[in-house]
Amino acid sequence: MQKIAVEIPTKTTQPLIDVRDLSVRFVSRDLDIRVVNGVSFSLEAGGALCILGESGSGKSVTLRALMRLLPPTAQLGGDIVIAGINVKSLPAQDLRSIRGRLISMIFQEPMTALDPVFTIGTQIAESVVFHDRVSYSAGRQRALELLELVQIPSAKRRLDAYPHELSGGLRQRAMIAMALACRPKVLLADEPTTALDATVQIQILLLMRELQRELGMATIIVTHDLGVACEVADDMAVMYAGRFVETGSSTDVMEKPRHPYTLGLLKSTVHGGMRGAELDPIPGAPPDLADLPPGCAFAPRCPKHEPQCDGQMPAMVEVSRAHYARCVRLNEPA
Amino acid sequence: MLLYLARRILYTLPIAVGVSIVCFLLIHLAPGDPLSAVIPEGASPEVVAQIKTAYGFDQPLPIQYLNWIWRAVHGDFGMSIMTRRPVMSEVAPAVVNTMILAMAAVLLGFGFGILLGLIAGYTSGSLVDRAVTAISVTGVSVPHYWLGMVLIVIFAVHLGVLPAMGMGAQGSQTFALDWVSLRHLILPACAMAVIPAGIIARSVRGTVIEVLKQDYVQTLFAKGLPPQRVFVHVVKNAAPTVLAIMGLQFAQLLGGSILVETVFSWPGTGFLLNSAIFTRDLPILQGTILVLSMFFVTINLIVDLMQSVLDPRIKRA
Repeated sequence: MQKIAVEIPTKTTQPLIDVRDLSVRFVSRDLDIRVVNGVSFSLEAGGALCILGESGSGKSVTLRALMRLLPPTAQLGGDIVIAGINVKSLPAQDLRSIRGRLISMIFQEPMTALDPVFTIGTQIAESVVFHDRVSYSAGRQRALELLELVQIPSAKRRLDAYPHELSGGLRQRAMIAMALACRPKVLLADEPTTALDATVQIQILLLMRELQRELGMATIIVTHDLGVACEVADDMAVMYAGRFVETGSSTDVMEKPRHPYTLGLLKSTVHGGMRGAELDPIPGAPPDLADLPPGCAFAPRCPKHEPQCDGQMPAMVEVSRAHYARCVRLNEPA
Repeated sequence: MLLYLARRILYTLPIAVGVSIVCFLLIHLAPGDPLSAVIPEGASPEVVAQIKTAYGFDQPLPIQYLNWIWRAVHGDFGMSIMTRRPVMSEVAPAVVNTMILAMAAVLLGFGFGILLGLIAGYTSGSLVDRAVTAISVTGVSVPHYWLGMVLIVIFAVHLGVLPAMGMGAQGSQTFALDWVSLRHLILPACAMAVIPAGIIARSVRGTVIEVLKQDYVQTLFAKGLPPQRVFVHVVKNAAPTVLAIMGLQFAQLLGGSILVETVFSWPGTGFLLNSAIFTRDLPILQGTILVLSMFFVTINLIVDLMQSVLDPRIKRA
């Protein structure tokens, strides 16, 4: 048995998650793109942050960077400190002892993210066996508790089910159970409901919120779905072309959006209180990350675009308490 | 599971019957008269007819087939035309000898093939991977009888360290687990193992690369599992695909190789077939081919069953 490589401190003075100026570059022989460009945020234990953005905005990469789950071509910059552990500079062999134990991840598509030839019970138990140094039967006992925790009916029988024998909703519940197996302090969720039916989506979201409160985990959810975002998050960060363009409490961001991109997102998606209103899509497409404009990355698609937008990337400005946005025209009335 | 087993076996029956019909007919399609070897020179037509009746060749083909298959399922394949001994007593030891050679080749070929394939799959794109791919392509492309002769030239003629032919001292026809027999086994087993090793290496490599790309492998790493545990997952996912190919290769090895067994004078089924072809020993030919094809059918059945055990998605209902 290997020794525990990294001790996880129980109490730290810093916030549980402290990310400073995170950048991710993918570098290979014929490719060099910056996918994440200086993302900073912190999150306390028990907090729930939602990162909102289109495909290709770098939200999933940001999430994976937190547990260094990136291909070897990725180069990380900045700092990632979780529970006092400097994740960014952790040696590769020590990553194993924080993955699944300090930080867990729920993936988008439980059908492909679960191993098809092992039972749910085994897949949960093996995490417990390796992190908690217990016997396999103790691991299975824990797996049963977990399946009950995520409200899978007749959990005992489901322990021996293979992923293909479960419905999409149950599979995602099993995935959540697996992520919670070793009582992580941080739960990351990468589009946890995108692959599910609408009716199942809300059940899974409610379950996640309930578990997060019950277990006091910090949760970061990545989604492109505004409805999901408001449902689960206390805080929200809107991401565009590898940068946060607006951050704040979910109420502030949803009700008083200040960045034109956030505004565009709200106008272009169906959400509560919009009955009868016209949908207004954002023109154009997200920029090519290999060839970003020198100024604001959203400028080419922005309805409020003006010449000074193309000069340099505007800084994050506090527009009201704990509500930041990155736009040069913030001082003008919306 | 039991029901599934019964059904799979039932499905195999028509295949077995079909194969036996082909076996039977193939011999009749071959040119030349099997009786010409038995009938004395210048025999009168009456004698020829008598011999024909004695061997049952005067009856229509379907009757001949039914007679043959009825006796065959009772273990009676008739008499060898050349040796006048029961076909069974010729075929049985040959099958055992071929099995010994096949098992040795399987151990060697599958062992190296799996090892090389895993290394290449895990290091895909690297120099090691390219080297392994080159080796396995060479392995598949080399004619094994030629390799057999080269091995004889090097190890038996020039170095004189290994025997060139036979399976034991003084033309022994039975295998004993001693040094003399093992020494005789080395060269033919190597010659037989090269092609399966190459094929297995390539399929293991391909399957491992495919499995490593899957989302669930990322999940396993996200769970913080050690590499050896991830390896268990990779192996179980890759196994059904590789197993299918291994089954075919194993069946082919069991079929024996006429060429390799002839080159090394290994008294197996290939060697027996070779001499039976030259002497037009029809009962021996039919008996050997039937036994070998039944092996083939059985191994395919076993592979099917093993796959369904390994991969729960294969329906058992």
